[in-house]
Amino acid sequence: MLARRTKSSVCSGWQIVALLFWSASALGAVGPDGAPGHGTNIFSPASTPAKSIVDLSAFVVVITGIIFAVVFTLLTYTLVKFRGRAMDAGREPAQVYGSTQIELAWTIIPILIVVVLFLATARVIHAIQDVPEPAGAVDVIAIGHQYWWEFRYPKLGIVTANELHIPVSDREHPTPTFLQLLSADTDHSFWVPELAGKTDLIPNHPNRMWMDPQRTGIFVGQCAQYCGIQHAKMLLRVSVDREDDFSAWVRAQQKVAVEEAGAIEGRRVFERNACMNCHAVDGTPADGRFGPDLTHLMSRATIAAGAAENTHDNLRLWIQNPSAIKPGSLMPAMKLSDADLDAIVSYMETLR
Amino acid sequence: MSSNAITIPGTQIQARPWVDELHQWLTTVDHKRLGILYMLSALLFLVIGGVEALIIRIQLMHSHNNFVSPEVFNRMFTMHGTTMIFFVAMPVLFGFANYLVPLMIGARDMAFPRLNAFSFWLSFLGGLLLYFSFVGGSGLYGAGNAPDVGWWAYAPLGARAFSPGHSSDYWTLSLLVSGFGSIGTAINIIATILCMRCPGMKLGRMPLLAWLYLVQAGMVLIAITPLSAAQIMLLIDRYLGGHFFDTQAGGSAVLWMHFFWIFGHPEVYVLVIPAFAFLSEIIPVFSRKPIFGYPVMVAATVAIGLVSTSVWAHHMFSIGMNSYASSFFAITTMAVGIPTGIKIFNWIGTMWGGRIQFKVPMLFCIGFLFQFLIAGLTGIMQAAVPFDWQLTLSYFVVAHFHYVIVGGILFAIFGAFYYWYPKMTGRMLSETLGKWHFWLFLIGFHLTFDVMHIPGLLGMPRRIYTYEPGRGWDTLNFIITIGAFIQAIAILVFVANLIISYFKGAEAGNDPWDAWTLEWSTSSPPPAYNFATVPTVASRRPLWDLKHPEDPDSRYE
Amino acid sequence: MAGLIIAESAIFTIFVVAYLFYLGKSITGPTPSEVLETPIFYTICLLSSSLTIHLAAKCLARGIGFAFLGFWLLTIVLGGLFLYGTAREWHRLIYEHGLTISTNLFGTTYYSLVGLHAFHVTAGLIMLTIVAVFGLAGRVGVKQSGRIEVLSMYWHFVDAVWVVVFTVVYVLGR
Repeated sequence: MLARRTKSSVCSGWQIVALLFWSASALGAVGPDGAPGHGTNIFSPASTPAKSIVDLSAFVVVITGIIFAVVFTLLTYTLVKFRGRAMDAGREPAQVYGSTQIELAWTIIPILIVVVLFLATARVIHAIQDVPEPAGAVDVIAIGHQYWWEFRYPKLGIVTANELHIPVSDREHPTPTFLQLLSADTDHSFWVPELAGKTDLIPNHPNRMWMDPQRTGIFVGQCAQYCGIQHAKMLLRVSVDREDDFSAWVRAQQKVAVEEAGAIEGRRVFERNACMNCHAVDGTPADGRFGPDLTHLMSRATIAAGAAENTHDNLRLWIQNPSAIKPGSLMPAMKLSDADLDAIVSYMETLR
Repeated sequence: MSSNAITIPGTQIQARPWVDELHQWLTTVDHKRLGILYMLSALLFLVIGGVEALIIRIQLMHSHNNFVSPEVFNRMFTMHGTTMIFFVAMPVLFGFANYLVPLMIGARDMAFPRLNAFSFWLSFLGGLLLYFSFVGGSGLYGAGNAPDVGWWAYAPLGARAFSPGHSSDYWTLSLLVSGFGSIGTAINIIATILCMRCPGMKLGRMPLLAWLYLVQAGMVLIAITPLSAAQIMLLIDRYLGGHFFDTQAGGSAVLWMHFFWIFGHPEVYVLVIPAFAFLSEIIPVFSRKPIFGYPVMVAATVAIGLVSTSVWAHHMFSIGMNSYASSFFAITTMAVGIPTGIKIFNWIGTMWGGRIQFKVPMLFCIGFLFQFLIAGLTGIMQAAVPFDWQLTLSYFVVAHFHYVIVGGILFAIFGAFYYWYPKMTGRMLSETLGKWHFWLFLIGFHLTFDVMHIPGLLGMPRRIYTYEPGRGWDTLNFIITIGAFIQAIAILVFVANLIISYFKGAEAGNDPWDAWTLEWSTSSPPPAYNFATVPTVASRRPLWDLKHPEDPDSRYE
Repeated sequence: MAGLIIAESAIFTIFVVAYLFYLGKSITGPTPSEVLETPIFYTICLLSSSLTIHLAAKCLARGIGFAFLGFWLLTIVLGGLFLYGTAREWHRLIYEHGLTISTNLFGTTYYSLVGLHAFHVTAGLIMLTIVAVFGLAGRVGVKQSGRIEVLSMYWHFVDAVWVVVFTVVYVLGR
């Protein structure tokens, strides 16, 4: 009945957690789909804000780890040492009511720990948030929509959607990207863990964040603030490019839509069927702002904010019936005839 | 129910028809019966909320799963959160308050018995109203729309434009109604404790449970009301064309967040302080020592109550506050950990030098201590604001707050059930089933919530009905789901224990645990009038004084 | 009652905060300085009703039933006058200036705050009237003076809230 209770097996659960997340950080070298690339591990930072966070987190985890070890040991020791034994039955132990010195000790030490932690925290808050924007920075305005991301580069005259291209930055000559975060409808949150902490996109409350990725590649993330039915499918894809690749991308995006002879019929169907009420194609009368800009649709790897790969079949399915891919998305099913649908898809496929 | 009724030979007691018994229960103003009604309604909603959790977990078992549609999933997490906080945790804690406070201070009932009954029924009907939304909340997509805006109903998602139909109105109205019930109960608790203590029971001689409920009730008065105010504003927006949170008209979505969290943060202390109260009664008895540092425990609780009203924006670190605001909330959040830590040390100090008995109530309290420690530390991690810019809105937070609410508060509630069930029913709960309950639940809890921290660290946001394969979240989510089912089985064991022991449990007698506070001086269950004569006390542990007349507490206080 | 007052104060505080936060932020429509007229007379009515209810309670405690009833009814009249004044003001705002709860942020916060207060006045008046009915039937005596005290605490609270609302809306807000 007075069994010895050991918690060691279950409470080393914390040690397992610690082991697991540090090894998970090693897994960060492998990206989504197993391809060499980047994942969403907050402990694999590729950019200064994310790195500052990891450094602070290491400090905090060490301190809280020490606190845990001390209190855990104290608790376990108490439970073992002062367990009631059969021979004690009927006798009460010494009735101690308290001790002022001990109370003072275990009040003052936590206060000191809090002061230290707070100072470290405040320093990093300022270091990340109050950085002035340097001259060479790339400016992006990110506008959150229900279930897709709009990206505008005001100084470069580019409008695109869902897939962000930014230049890699190096320590000596930094070219960070500064984002202004706005929202067209509900609250969203921009979270690409390996590049920065998350910042929300709130209507009527512009926010600002920055990142200066020091590795090239594709970084992924997704919306982190519940924004409605398809919050889960509002994915983010950031392509960090070498300087020359970035310039090439910018030049391609700045061009108006390609005019291809074979696509004229598709373009007419597009313009006839109210698509241009929501979508814009630069260089044509279509200038709707409600949905993503389609001028360079084929330059993107995915459609529907990452919900599907940008392939012929997916595109066709998406236009015909968005609910098949993303039920609750605000794009209506256009209910086109097969001929019209094929024409539009061919037209879309010319928008490189 | 057995009771120590006086029987007069030669008379016969007629059994009451069940209709009469039911009527008695429905119209009761007796604090003990109302307490039990609160607990029963909480258990009902616990099972329902648990089923909602299991649905969530099955859907998230692997990536791109199709167990439920996104609409249903979003309703599930909204209802799960709303149910567990407002219709499980608050009622069960008010239930214990109702049952125990008058008994422990030597009173015959609460100060306002009819208000008490009214408050309970408001609370219960609020729960029914919320669930009526499944059939009544007709919306754009057809009949039967439970709310799906998350339990915070962030603006502008809760506005008419983004939440057509009535589902959000059910959320708003049910919480408004049950909120008024909570305020009624809080007024009652405060009035009872301040005005109805028995002779000799100065404030400094009250059981810690009474002190903690006093602080908690005070917090309810100023914490629940901001939510009520915000909900009235939401209704004005939705129905009278108001613009409180209408960003198109210059309104502020952030204002809703502030109002909500000005409620939301003190609310979690409203939930945890009674858990502290249970620990402060149970640990001394099973360590065979008085609570270590009674005055400090009171002061720490008051400090927690006060400081916790200044930390709310730590739920909002990602919304783009300026660095001074973020720093302010960082320091207040870290500061509130200090009195909380002091309490943990005092409980250890109580056990130190004692003779610990590992009965089931104590097992749950020990679980609380380890788990609350971890929960508090992951909270400190999130108080380091930049770290929180990664952790917030991810599964790390979900793991953290379940660690507090399940690993902390629910464990303490289980302990309280095992400890006071004998007093309420006159029967002991089965120790064997209790141990099965404890160990199964512990294993399931750790499997789920220890592991759940990891997907958060690997970038998994919350409130997503599915996720992408290849992010490393699949296996972890699978393990989490297994743990959830183990916990469900443990809950079934608990419910079985409650039912079986009611009929077959060992007779408890007045004082099965050899405890020291006034509720153990009367019969189990107590008669309607609680005490034959109103007791007079001379110390914090009146029954210790009676049992140890050679060494009474009154000599030392 | 003290508990209830604390809780209600928190609710009013939130509405006052919303009012102050949104001052000057309306995108369209009439502004406070354009349309608000300070209701001095009706405020005096309400604040004096605090005095009359206090006197009523004192009289009852001393057993002077007639004076109690007199002051009590006067309180109701003064409270009713205040409500009438609010109604007149709202009528003017709606029909002459087109300011409704849905016009702009000022409209929303103004009507909500003043309306919440008026709702509490109304609830108070109903309770006062119930007591008046019992009083006229001769059922209110010294033994009930404790309850009358509690009710008059509520009434004082309603007046105190008006002092705050008045200051915020008519003094600071313009």
